[in-house]
Amino acid sequence: MTSSRDAILGRLRNSLGRDIDGEDAHGEPSARLDKHPRGIIPARVNRDRGRQKELFVEMAAAVATTVDRVETADFVPGAVGDFLARHNLGADIRMAPDDRLSEIDWSKRPTLAITSGPSAGNDEVSVTAAFAAIAETGTLLLHSGPSSPTTLNFLPENHIVVLRASQIVGAYEDAWDQLRAAGKMPRAVNLITGPSRTGDIEQTIMLGAHGPRRLHIILVEDD
Amino acid sequence: MKATTREFKDNARAALADVGLQTALEKMETGFVVNRANAAAKLPEFEALRDQGRDIKNHTLENLDFYLEAFEAKVQEAGGHVHWAATSEEARNIILDICRSVDAKTVTKGKSMIAEEIGLNDFLEENGIAPIETDLGEYIIQLRNEPPSHIIAPAIHVSKSEVADAFHEAHTELDPGRNLDEPQALLDEARAMLRQKYIDADVGITGANYLIAETGSSVIVTNEGNGDLTQTLPKIHIAVASLEKVVPTLEDATALLRLLARSATGQEFSSYTTFSTGPRRSQDPDGPEQYHVVLLDNGRANLLGTEVRDVMRCIRCGACMNHCPVYSSVGGHAYGWVYPGPIGSVLTPTLIGVEEARHLPNASTFCGRCESVCPMRIPLPKLMRHYREKAFEEKLSPVTERAGLGLWAFFARRPSLYRWSTGLIISVLGVLGRRRGRFRSLPFTKGWTQYRDLPAPRGQSFQQQWAARSGRRTLGT
Ligand code: SF4
Repeated sequence: MTSSRDAILGRLRNSLGRDIDGEDAHGEPSARLDKHPRGIIPARVNRDRGRQKELFVEMAAAVATTVDRVETADFVPGAVGDFLARHNLGADIRMAPDDRLSEIDWSKRPTLAITSGPSAGNDEVSVTAAFAAIAETGTLLLHSGPSSPTTLNFLPENHIVVLRASQIVGAYEDAWDQLRAAGKMPRAVNLITGPSRTGDIEQTIMLGAHGPRRLHIILVEDD
Repeated sequence: MKATTREFKDNARAALADVGLQTALEKMETGFVVNRANAAAKLPEFEALRDQGRDIKNHTLENLDFYLEAFEAKVQEAGGHVHWAATSEEARNIILDICRSVDAKTVTKGKSMIAEEIGLNDFLEENGIAPIETDLGEYIIQLRNEPPSHIIAPAIHVSKSEVADAFHEAHTELDPGRNLDEPQALLDEARAMLRQKYIDADVGITGANYLIAETGSSVIVTNEGNGDLTQTLPKIHIAVASLEKVVPTLEDATALLRLLARSATGQEFSSYTTFSTGPRRSQDPDGPEQYHVVLLDNGRANLLGTEVRDVMRCIRCGACMNHCPVYSSVGGHAYGWVYPGPIGSVLTPTLIGVEEARHLPNASTFCGRCESVCPMRIPLPKLMRHYREKAFEEKLSPVTERAGLGLWAFFARRPSLYRWSTGLIISVLGVLGRRRGRFRSLPFTKGWTQYRDLPAPRGQSFQQQWAARSGRRTLGT
């Protein structure tokens, strides 16, 4: 489709009053791509780390995410088991093949039936690990990769995310810097703010439209 | 989609008489409108973010050729494909070819206004491919065989009992006696029905709220998670987007995301914002094997060189229609094409021609509410006036309207006479209308109020109120 490409670019340059080769006036935009300058960042995130964590928990609760705070990773299996019991769910969980999860001693809750890998659509509960969390709006950042199947974030009805307090940042921009530092852009970057919801029937908000009905964070206070 | 914009007047008359529609539209005031105001109030930086958003888009439009080429290079680097489509027809054919390459039988779709603009569903069906809408609102209207009536709440005009009727009719494999009275039952049924469709689909088609030049990503923003299932599960993901969706960097997309949900639904952030970059990587356990972006021009490249360029800043939040007295009276279908409300009144003549859409720029009281809430500070009333004048110049407006404008011009040149006569008329109307607060018809201005719900004047013209306030010296010190 080279011809349409050239025609469209030609029309654009014509509209913009640019030379046909489009070589002029691109110093500024290419510098913008390299430097990705930050714009206005809401002042609400300018606080010390401890209060950033509180902001995250508060904002997450405001969008119907539940947060369970535990002191160390040793308590994660118990917290998962309690969540299942609280909601009358079975013992099966589908877990991301992530080192940060596999290094947890799951034998502490022997009743859990754990399998690992992506979801094929029939899992009730998934457990994944977050890459970062953004205090500004109570948002989790998860991304795809060998250890984090995207399907686990969307197909199961209950999504449990293990987050360490040290992973909480203030603004989205802080998370972008971490992502850039980690290497090339993953195939999917998911910003998740609360469970799935819809207002499409008479503007009534209901949870669990197509994605998870419940989003539960187990926050390991490692800070 | 076939445009019925020429019939705007008839459409509007029918809408005003539709009790169900009127009930649905009234809910917007307590929902979207109040929620947006609260969200804006909670963020002290909101107004400054609006200025910044406008500037980011202006900068991007000024360098659109550069950013599109940069985006294309990044998509290719990540193993994806970019297809440039000059027209709707070309875009449809590109998508069909991709679907045929895997012998696709069904295609799941995330909500996409561009797919509506190019008439994708009908075209795929004609070619033996079943498109399945997965956004709940889109699914409902697909079953009802009608177009969306709002850009972010496509089924806003449909009552829950009408949804139940549509489900009873469509889901014949289920118990006909089941109870679908409550919205939750309807949601559960839709969720169950669509589940397998996501998994079975050969191709998933989504729109894109943004394309990011820095990374070659397409971004979708949803609350349901349907878009994510659509773009994750099938073999192929196609994102269809118009040229002006590109922004330079992750930071720029973020700046606009801070405005989008707040302006649209009044949420601080939508549930799911997803950045997709290329196909599944070699070690990835899931994700599509192919990733395609279809870039649609459809007149936009030329538009960039005209007086209405500002409209290309639009981020499709829907705030302008939520706050529009005309939209809240007649709903989205009356506008007769893909984009309703103030944004539609400007975009539609741009995309399908002034001749076809000449009524739309008149579907305005010029109250300015749309511009006052538009996160991208698009001067919508000014742009509508531009098309109104253009239609007038091209002599597309009827004789009565031309005479009316001539009369207005006569008064405009004689301000004292204008003040006297509007003051008089407004006093009369104020008395007549005070009981109801709104007019559905007025005896001597039929051409206007037959199709517009005129707010009842409060008894004084703006100029009288201004004079009275200045007289009391309450303005300034
Ligand atoms: S014109 Fe402005 S208010 Fe209307 S949809 Fe576009 S961005 Fe939103």
